[in-house]
Amino acid sequence: MNEQFKRRIAAGALIVAFFVTWEALCILLGVSDLVLPRPSQVFTTLFTRINVLWPHIVQTLMTTMVGFACGVSVGVIIGSVIGVSRTAYDTAYPLLIGFSSIPKVAVVPIFVLWFGSGTVPAILTAIVICFFPIVVNIATGLATTEPEQEDTLKALGASKFDILWNVGLPRTMPFFFAALKVAITYAFVGTVLSETVASNRGIGNVMMSASSNFDVPLVFAGLFILAGMGVTLYAIFSAIEGRVIGWATRKNEIAT
Amino acid sequence: MHTLLVMNSMHKLTPSPVGSQIAAAQRHIRTPAVELSQATVTFGRGDNQVPALSETSLKIGDGEFLALVGPSGCGKSTILKLAAGLIKPTTGAVFVGGREVEAKALRIGMAFQNPTLLPWLTIEKNVMMPLKIVRPFRHEFRAKKKTEFRDRVHALLEEVGLKGFANHYPWQLSGGMLQRANLCRALVHEPRLLLLDEPFGALDQFTREELWSTLQDLWLKLKPTVLLVTHDLKEAGYLAERICVMSARPGRILDDSAVNFPRPRTVEMTFEPGFVELNQRLRGLIVEARSGNTATSEVRP
Repeated sequence: MNEQFKRRIAAGALIVAFFVTWEALCILLGVSDLVLPRPSQVFTTLFTRINVLWPHIVQTLMTTMVGFACGVSVGVIIGSVIGVSRTAYDTAYPLLIGFSSIPKVAVVPIFVLWFGSGTVPAILTAIVICFFPIVVNIATGLATTEPEQEDTLKALGASKFDILWNVGLPRTMPFFFAALKVAITYAFVGTVLSETVASNRGIGNVMMSASSNFDVPLVFAGLFILAGMGVTLYAIFSAIEGRVIGWATRKNEIAT
Repeated sequence: MHTLLVMNSMHKLTPSPVGSQIAAAQRHIRTPAVELSQATVTFGRGDNQVPALSETSLKIGDGEFLALVGPSGCGKSTILKLAAGLIKPTTGAVFVGGREVEAKALRIGMAFQNPTLLPWLTIEKNVMMPLKIVRPFRHEFRAKKKTEFRDRVHALLEEVGLKGFANHYPWQLSGGMLQRANLCRALVHEPRLLLLDEPFGALDQFTREELWSTLQDLWLKLKPTVLLVTHDLKEAGYLAERICVMSARPGRILDDSAVNFPRPRTVEMTFEPGFVELNQRLRGLIVEARSGNTATSEVRP
């Protein structure tokens, strides 16, 4: 416990030190706030204009969560199918790789063309950008299940579904959570990307218009908000992860 | 007809003590629970073919305790997997409970050297797993998992000396304890056929001897048919009613002996002359099989 407390103090101290150094360097070198605003300016902007920013925060958060939820669902389904069936894996993998190597910026204009600007292309971008790590991790987790664990159930006459439900999926949970933490940050990237290109709402849009007005502190305020939301969601999934798959991270605990 | 036991080529191995041993073992066969009829298993395809088992016929009587010994990689585990229905013979047939094996005519329990308990479940839930899968228990699982099934699991755990560990996780237990839990899982659904693949291989001598005794007690009580694959000749002699020796890959059955020591057996009995003699004879056969003297070249006509 004491050890953990020390680690937290150290992590917190580093963050504070980062901002202090930034502030100090800006003052010492006389950096213009048009280039790089000081953290104190950014936080001031954040708090004084929170009323204006709030609807955009909600918009970005909701869009991201919807996209993330859909992306995870799609990812889990595709990942389960190609993880369980060797044939499906061999058939679908080349297409998936091809799909995932397309830079997602390139698909935003297509979504805008189809659905107009606004929320829908943002959700879709979040989906396409965040489902792939889920697919890969679920598929890997399922494909690397220990054959003996499966055999023990097979000898009992278990169906494929029994094995998937009782061995495959629980075993895949650590992989799944690792993927969730990557996917949630990706979903933010997707949403903000789309908002930047084609939307009149959301943090991405706020940053875009702020930068064309040379309102640099507001641009940075947008960045801070995104970082804050990303960290919060990451922490939430981390906490759930700790509860669900404690068995996989037991080395941090004291065996009784 | 149910006394056909031996390799098609066995007669070529005479003169040796093998013939007489076979005759002795044949008398012990009751209704066969498992029957391999000229089963061959080949892994891989084309140039990568690896023959794992050459034409093998074997009958295991209902309620019999049979041990399979032989050099490593000789196809012992292959026979076990055939009986479990995990693989199919390339040629020949395998009958379990009188039916072709896919029919799953018998309830099967299985345990490997690696306990393969699921790390995300407690010992109780691990042991309960077969009841969740196997008919007819699975239909009652929801209704009984907190009452009858739970009591059954606890009783079994107590019997093997794991009282009070039901709510522990596998990683909190030692190797010997895990293997005890593994045995419980293999037995909880009262299987008629128990398949054990070197279940005590990774344990120290004393834990192993303790578990022999536990397994013997459980066998005497429940009388399932047991097929035990092992490297340990002492273990085979202590536990089995019948011991089959296999040749090097591709495996064949070289020798089939009955073991007639009285039950319940004790570790002390393993030092008696009769036991030592059996051990040495089996050891001789395996050494011979390893060096390849029983030439695979003369197996096929």
